[in-house]
Amino acid sequence: MTTGPTDQHAADPDERRSGTSTVRYVAGKVGGALVSLVFVVALGFFLFRMIPGDPLVTMTRERPTGPEQLAHLRERLGLDQPVWQQFLDYVGGLLQGDFGTSYMYRRPVGAMIAERVWPTLLLVGTATALAVVLGLWLGVRAAWRRGGLFDRTQTGITLALWSMPQFWLGLLLLIATQGVFPSRGMTSVDPPNGFVMQALDVGWHLTLPCLTLLLVIYAQYMLVMRSSLLEEMGADYLRTARAKGLRDDLVRRRHAVPNALLPTMTLIFLQFGMVVSGTVTVEAVFSWPGLGLLTYEALRGPDLPVLQGVFVILAGSVIVMNLVADLLYRVVDPRVRAS
Amino acid sequence: MRTARSRRGRAVSAAALTPLLVAGPFTPAAGAQETGDDERSVLRVALVQEIDHLNPFTASFASSTMIGRMTWEFMTPPSAEDATPSPGVASEWESSEDGLTWTYTVNPDVTWSDGEDVTSEDVKFTLEKIMNDPVAAEANGSYVENFEKVTTPDEDTVEVRTSEPQASMTALDIPIVPEHVWSDVEDFAAPKTDTLEYVGVGSGPFVISEYQPNRFVKLEANDRFWRSDVAVDELQFIRFENADAAVSALQSGEVDFVNRLTPAQFETLEGSDGITTNSANGRRFSELMINPGAETRGGESIGNGHPALRKQQVRQAIAYAIDPKTLVDRVLGGYGQLPGGLVPPIYDKFHYEPSEEDKYTHDPGRANRMLDEAGYEKGPDGIRRDDDGRPLELRLTGRSSEDFDVRAADFIAGWLGDVGIRVTKNLVSDNQVDEQTTAANYDLALSGWGTNPDPDYILAKQTCDALPTSDGNGTSSAFYCDPAYDELYRRQLAEMDTDKRAEAVTQAQEMYYKAAPSVVIAYEQALEAYRSDRWDGFPRQPKGEGVIMEQTGYWGFAGARPVGGGEGGGMPTGAWVAIGAVALVVLAGGGTMLARRKGSADDRE
Repeated sequence: MTTGPTDQHAADPDERRSGTSTVRYVAGKVGGALVSLVFVVALGFFLFRMIPGDPLVTMTRERPTGPEQLAHLRERLGLDQPVWQQFLDYVGGLLQGDFGTSYMYRRPVGAMIAERVWPTLLLVGTATALAVVLGLWLGVRAAWRRGGLFDRTQTGITLALWSMPQFWLGLLLLIATQGVFPSRGMTSVDPPNGFVMQALDVGWHLTLPCLTLLLVIYAQYMLVMRSSLLEEMGADYLRTARAKGLRDDLVRRRHAVPNALLPTMTLIFLQFGMVVSGTVTVEAVFSWPGLGLLTYEALRGPDLPVLQGVFVILAGSVIVMNLVADLLYRVVDPRVRAS
Repeated sequence: MRTARSRRGRAVSAAALTPLLVAGPFTPAAGAQETGDDERSVLRVALVQEIDHLNPFTASFASSTMIGRMTWEFMTPPSAEDATPSPGVASEWESSEDGLTWTYTVNPDVTWSDGEDVTSEDVKFTLEKIMNDPVAAEANGSYVENFEKVTTPDEDTVEVRTSEPQASMTALDIPIVPEHVWSDVEDFAAPKTDTLEYVGVGSGPFVISEYQPNRFVKLEANDRFWRSDVAVDELQFIRFENADAAVSALQSGEVDFVNRLTPAQFETLEGSDGITTNSANGRRFSELMINPGAETRGGESIGNGHPALRKQQVRQAIAYAIDPKTLVDRVLGGYGQLPGGLVPPIYDKFHYEPSEEDKYTHDPGRANRMLDEAGYEKGPDGIRRDDDGRPLELRLTGRSSEDFDVRAADFIAGWLGDVGIRVTKNLVSDNQVDEQTTAANYDLALSGWGTNPDPDYILAKQTCDALPTSDGNGTSSAFYCDPAYDELYRRQLAEMDTDKRAEAVTQAQEMYYKAAPSVVIAYEQALEAYRSDRWDGFPRQPKGEGVIMEQTGYWGFAGARPVGGGEGGGMPTGAWVAIGAVALVVLAGGGTMLARRKGSADDRE
């Protein structure tokens, strides 16, 4: 798609213009993303310092601790430094890829995040994939027979699920299934032998958290798909397709849906970043060892280095996903390229 | 029996999931899972609090220190019967005439789990590390503050010399670690000190065998444990972030033990087949803090407490206005004991029970009289005013996350309203409560503390020395400071005769009780539940009335006995049926899609 400097000779004027505009477009988007990242880093640092509470109080609440011990801890955690100094240290560390050290666990935050990313991606990835499939399918069906029984019941159910608090729905599912599925974690404490069995074990643990997340998030895909398909339904090209004698099914699948997919795709990418941060409650209910649970635990301290690290990673992922959506949109939709 | 019925229940609900139930290939495996269960008895305990460290030098959270108690013997652990000192690493102990030198005889029966002997050098190593290295002192430093020198005249004798007489020398809450394992550690905060290489060798009833941070800790019975055989082959502490999920896991048999239950959860579990509940008289008290006019150690006023509360009479009037019986009955659901002094009744030797005359009973008439006498007359709107006409309005701070605080605040606001004090509730996050109370920015605040078998810890928090320094480091729990109290505090600490010491301890509590910088409003019971169809015989501490989990000792789990054949871990039949059903649905769905695609392929444009 991009036109490098080497093939400029062969390019006709029109294409060259499109080439430079592509470069400018990409550079603009990437630059914007970088600026946002800088903001996120600064915001993450100062935002969490406004959380009330002294990490030392939480850390020492359950042991008799003398003033000398408190002073020593404060010094070791760097909490005796002025805030601007702490910020400089933090940014300096970030530039070297160091997210700092957790107050509570005294482990490098980078390593803690790294081991929590995959469980979250597994949970969010599975739930999003299923939600997209389910949401798009239901959205198309509902829009095609707008106002019908299917549309009315589905839209009602979807909206009800969308408004449910995740932790509440999760607990309800947990109680309703009566121990068929495990209530915590990603693996059994005594995992079975063999890869297949272990994969099944993870799948078994994944069921409830994934179902909870799926039920809550599929609504947005369905509703956007429904409304964008509705917009397309009156279009002339559909009449043409019908006039060709195509079956209703094919008109929908070949003509209407591909056009209606565009806005939905942006949403999928945008939401993926959001959903990661939205898993906090689901992960907390099911003790799923992901980033959400890490955040939840860290808030109690507050374990500032962990919170900052997770915040930068999550906000960063939203920014990156946004960027990917912007760039992909240009590939998929010729109208964006032309404008 | 519960297991049989619930298994059938699962099968039925799984059958309802899909009419396509032909989970053929999965059923034999499921059978093997259960019958192939080895003979190891595994006690699975839900842990609703996180673990910060296993390294006993830095482990501070209650869950972490509990695991430390299972793993390392202490010098003189509190007994199961009445939490008084009993033999541990030390088999005998005595203090010198002047009370400054303590001699401990190392118990010849205690060995490390790797076969080495426990010697006086191990004790010296552990104590000196804590005395000399501020990092190693993080969790247990306060116990050795007063230590001058530790010597080992021979392999079986340890002598500790203190700068002041210290009666709490038989309550050193310090796990003794093996020198041969820990001697090469330079940085006691290094992450490697939480690994099995270091924490895997112990002398308690269990040794740590696997640790996955924030997921679980597994311990195995230590076959070299000196006391007796441990019937629990493996003890698992499994982390649950959500307490309701832990309750559900107990019901389904995923775990065998749950604690820290709320009354509602406790009552749900009561009467369930195969589950036994335990409402235990515990170590915790709830209190209402009444800001007595907080000051730093240097006498500088801090915080923004209401000036009226500086008068003892006003604080006492507040104590008379509230009704602990209603709080225990209605807010704690009856799972609590009526209040007295700071040391709860399970430590009956040191507990202070006020006389009928001194006791703060619900007496609004008396509260009104005392407030009148203190110079706060009721205005036309029923709210009392000081001499300058300012209304007596107090903030009541509490944790919005705690059911107890939320409901108790309503009652307290009502009672104080009845005697002409207007109360504004200030229910905020736990961290905000900590921040506001540490900075003395409160009038009234709901709080609570856990106590230890030795009263020194909770009494020390009320001394003038515990007040914050000008840079904010302090341990005072309610900003109380009275030189007469400090005198009693020092006397009890220097008194080696337990009966005489108890006298000073109760006197100190009485003085605090009357000064009322905080009033105890209830001793909360600890609520626990376990699968009695699999485990029983848990010794409680103290005997017959106390807790099983989070004891100041290892008795509860070390003494548990398996009942009959328990169900193994891994996936239950229901799960296999469900997996089979899901697989079938996917296959069926996929098949239908393919068929439809194929059908429509004829219609290509």
